[in-house]
Amino acid sequence: MIHFVLLISRQGKVRLTKWYSPYTQKERNKVIRELSGLILSRGPKLCNFVEWTGLKVVYKRYASLYFCMCIDQDDNELEVLEIIHHFVEILDRYFGSVCELDLIFNFHKAYYILDELLIAGELQESSKKTVARLIAAQDSLVEAAKEQQSSISTIISQATK
Amino acid sequence: MAGSSIMETLFQRTLEDLIKGMRLQLIGESAFISKAMEEIRREIKSTDLHTKSIALQKLTYLNSLHAADMSWAAFHAVECMSSSRFAEKRVGYVAASQSFNESTPVLLLITNQLRKDLTSVNEYEASLALECLAKIGTVDLARDLTPEIFTLLSSSKVFVRKKSIGVTMRLFEKYPDAVRVCFKRLVENLESSDPQSLSATVGVFCELAAKDPPSYLPLAPEFYRILVDSKNNWVLIKVLKIFAKLAPLEPRLAKKVVEPICEHMRRTGAKSLMFECVRTVVGSLSEYESAVKLAVAKIREFLLEDDPNLKYLGLHALSIVPPKHLWAVLENKEVVIKSLSDEDANIKLESLGLVMAMVSESSIVEISRVLVNYALKSDPEFCNEILGSLLSTCSRNFYEIVVDFDWYVSLLGEMSRTPHCQKGEEIESQLIDVGMRVRDARPELVRVARSLLIDPALLGNPFLHRVLSAAAWVSGEYVEFSLNPFELAEALIQPRASLLPNSIRAVYLQSVLKILVFSVNSYLSQTETLADLEPGVQASQMENSEASDLASVRAPIESEHDEAFNPGVLDRPSADISVEDIGTVADGDGQTSKFVSFRKNGFTRESIVNLLNLVEVAMRPLSGSLEVEILERACNILGLIEVLKREMPAQFQSEMVLEKEELEVLELIKLMDDAFSEELGPVSTSAQDRVPIPDGLVLKDNLADLDEIMGDVKLPSSNSFSLESPYYAERMDPASSNVQSKEDSEASNESTSLLAEHRKRHGLYYLPSEGNGTISNDYPPANDLKSGETTNQDDPEDFVRLTAQSLVSKKKPNYAKPRPVVVKLDEGELVLAVPKKQDSRDDLLSGAVRDILLGDDAVKLSSSIKGKEKVNMDPLDSKENMHDMEHSRHRKSSSRRSKQRPHRKERGQTSPEKLGMEKEEHGGKVKSKSSHRHGRQKSRQKAEGSSDVIVQTPVIPDFLL
Repeated sequence: MIHFVLLISRQGKVRLTKWYSPYTQKERNKVIRELSGLILSRGPKLCNFVEWTGLKVVYKRYASLYFCMCIDQDDNELEVLEIIHHFVEILDRYFGSVCELDLIFNFHKAYYILDELLIAGELQESSKKTVARLIAAQDSLVEAAKEQQSSISTIISQATK
Repeated sequence: MAGSSIMETLFQRTLEDLIKGMRLQLIGESAFISKAMEEIRREIKSTDLHTKSIALQKLTYLNSLHAADMSWAAFHAVECMSSSRFAEKRVGYVAASQSFNESTPVLLLITNQLRKDLTSVNEYEASLALECLAKIGTVDLARDLTPEIFTLLSSSKVFVRKKSIGVTMRLFEKYPDAVRVCFKRLVENLESSDPQSLSATVGVFCELAAKDPPSYLPLAPEFYRILVDSKNNWVLIKVLKIFAKLAPLEPRLAKKVVEPICEHMRRTGAKSLMFECVRTVVGSLSEYESAVKLAVAKIREFLLEDDPNLKYLGLHALSIVPPKHLWAVLENKEVVIKSLSDEDANIKLESLGLVMAMVSESSIVEISRVLVNYALKSDPEFCNEILGSLLSTCSRNFYEIVVDFDWYVSLLGEMSRTPHCQKGEEIESQLIDVGMRVRDARPELVRVARSLLIDPALLGNPFLHRVLSAAAWVSGEYVEFSLNPFELAEALIQPRASLLPNSIRAVYLQSVLKILVFSVNSYLSQTETLADLEPGVQASQMENSEASDLASVRAPIESEHDEAFNPGVLDRPSADISVEDIGTVADGDGQTSKFVSFRKNGFTRESIVNLLNLVEVAMRPLSGSLEVEILERACNILGLIEVLKREMPAQFQSEMVLEKEELEVLELIKLMDDAFSEELGPVSTSAQDRVPIPDGLVLKDNLADLDEIMGDVKLPSSNSFSLESPYYAERMDPASSNVQSKEDSEASNESTSLLAEHRKRHGLYYLPSEGNGTISNDYPPANDLKSGETTNQDDPEDFVRLTAQSLVSKKKPNYAKPRPVVVKLDEGELVLAVPKKQDSRDDLLSGAVRDILLGDDAVKLSSSIKGKEKVNMDPLDSKENMHDMEHSRHRKSSSRRSKQRPHRKERGQTSPEKLGMEKEEHGGKVKSKSSHRHGRQKSRQKAEGSSDVIVQTPVIPDFLL
């Protein structure tokens, strides 16, 4: 299974973290520190797998972002590479040629997309179209609520004037 | 208050504002974060859920990316979760799954909220709850929400169903009893027409089967159908993983699946699927020659690709190929060796492993030479990897692949001179080990030790200190093989030795003492022999015989030295320390008498005096050392020198005169020399077994009687102690002590506790308690390991380890062949005994597991594989299950009764998975206990009760119900 997903920028800034196995905050910090050191220092022509404390980290760089997923020793590395690519394609479709800034400012949306893609560390949806549809549906739910919210707050603010 | 809340609503910064602010901040990141946190703390208290949710969202962001603490906001997350608006609810759920853990106190509050959302008509709300549960599910949550998940497992909405399938994994893991409820529906999903549900289900089974393969054998027909029918690569990869686990367990299954797998391998264009096929074949189906051939061909394709990923995976796949297919590795030898110089460290490591796998008796010399040279050139880290794997390969199974030990010893010397070498510890132990085991290697060993010791440069490298320690020990222990003991002594007391840590300095000093004693003894016995040659001089009868004994022992050694001596002298750096040789070399030639051969070694009067003086000078300052070991040894040496100087003045006057007092000195030195030349050797772990058991000592008796005797002995509660406890009891004969117990009890209490204390402290020197499986079986208390409920044999981790070991031991059949070099193993049996022991334990284990899990299922499986698709409709089987259930209920009640040790009964019967779950269960229980510290007696009891139930439920029958 996938133990965690990390998005790290080339400068070592963390852009997204998602933990499927229990890690305490202290452990999380340690993992991020160790892995970003390990992965960012690797040259461009090396393989995309790093053995790390009995687990394997599969990473792939897209533009300035490193997508890392940590898996068990006997999981299929190529499959995980495909999952990463899958995730990137969905992000790309959602944001329209995604870039790092999209993920920075829409941190929570990237999170929701990941939630549709993986559950309990396993791939749950292999269709890009479906994920896009689901996200859009939830977005419209949120939008509806927001409209309602804003109207209420305008009412309140008018009332208190 | 209301006013401020509205103000906050209006002027609250959104997440986007926060992110923008973060990017523009001028005050430094940490200052900005703490400011933002302050703001969040204020906003989150707002009564307006919208304001609260935005604050929570910001907090989640800061926690996720900047590690800000958000455990304090747990309750606010719960509040947001209960919002009726989807946006707020979602923020709450994300925050919860991000920050909650087993010990979060508010977890108790969310059960109902989760239940409500799981049953919500809004599928998105249900999905939020499912995602959250998959992340934070605890034992309590899993137990309470099992019915809801069960309902969702057959939901008509695929979106929800696939998520609930994903959640079952967490559910089973936390609350194994859920298996009984949900398993059947989960299996039904294997036949689902929806690819997503199928994929999710297979994913779950893949994880489950990885933990406990045998339990899922009955499902093999379903998996087989998927393997043949499915076109979905994601699913196929997972199914292959399942078969990789199942195939080794059931040969007929392996036979059945090998063809479809090969078919996939031939047909597929997807590298990931191809790799999975290859890995399955080489890992689990290596019996099938043609399949392996195909897989190796595919591996070769991988290796020849430019893509480093494929290259790495190809090497990795080769490394899984079992030793009997070594040809696969040899076939790709060039690629493997070329990969040693790849720029990618991972590829280098894999290829290093493969190179080591190719090593054989004939190639070891060549490969080692190449590798050591390569290590010189490579970066420190990889250099040590190379050295480490060389060391472990060569020492494997008592140096079985090393034929020429002289070569190996000099290789060890060479390795320690490699600039980046950090393997001092390993080299140290091997130098000593070879010294003790291989008699023939000792002369070379001493030579290597000498060359290490006399090099002052090595003393400056802290990584080599351990090697030097070994070299010092070797040179002291086997000084009789030395060409020039004086030189050794000089090297050991050189001033730079003060750079060594104290413990190693102490070894140096001890070696000096040994060399000193040896030299003086050689000198004295040589003069004595000389005296013997003189007709008029007669020593006493006893001494005479002793001396000649000694001489005859020495004689062969010396004659060896005879041959080697001259070149040795020429090689030696003549300027520094060869005072003792002056005058001895000249008259050495052409003479053959024993006396002269002794003289050749330079044991002349002056040389001995020189040595004594030299050592004395070096020891003086050390006698004031603060380190007791050094102080003591230095004083010992000084004392000896004192005695020698006092007693031997006459000796130094004239070599030809022997007087009474000198004989005393001779006696003393001889005694010491005898003590030092006592052979040290490795001791077999089974040595104790061969000591005959004295009559009347009853070893196999229950220790219950002992409780009376030991009643008032307070046992220390440490684990190591309880592990050992059968031992001291065993030593005390309970039957006989019963008789004496009345009067002895006090004394025995004391002695046994002392013994126990000693054992605890020096466990190292006691025999391992697992030495004999039957003994430990007879002593129930012995099995009370850490938690008191897992036994050695049944501990799932042990099981895993053992199966791994047994897999390894299968590779060893060719090790039995005799060695060309005489290796002085203390116990020849040792080699044999190790795998044997493992096998028997493994058999015990797997036998027990098979009894429970496969008893009827194995039969069923075979029949179902032969064509029947349905496994579970057999009426006989279900009856069997009913019986099983009843049985378990029965057991439940009995285990309840004996609350003290509830799991004793199930030992040896429960499956490893069950035990694993039980263990987790208990881990969870402990944690949950600590979480509701406030004495929630009720829930605790509940948890305990549930854990009882869990233990007794076998896995397989559940879906058959």
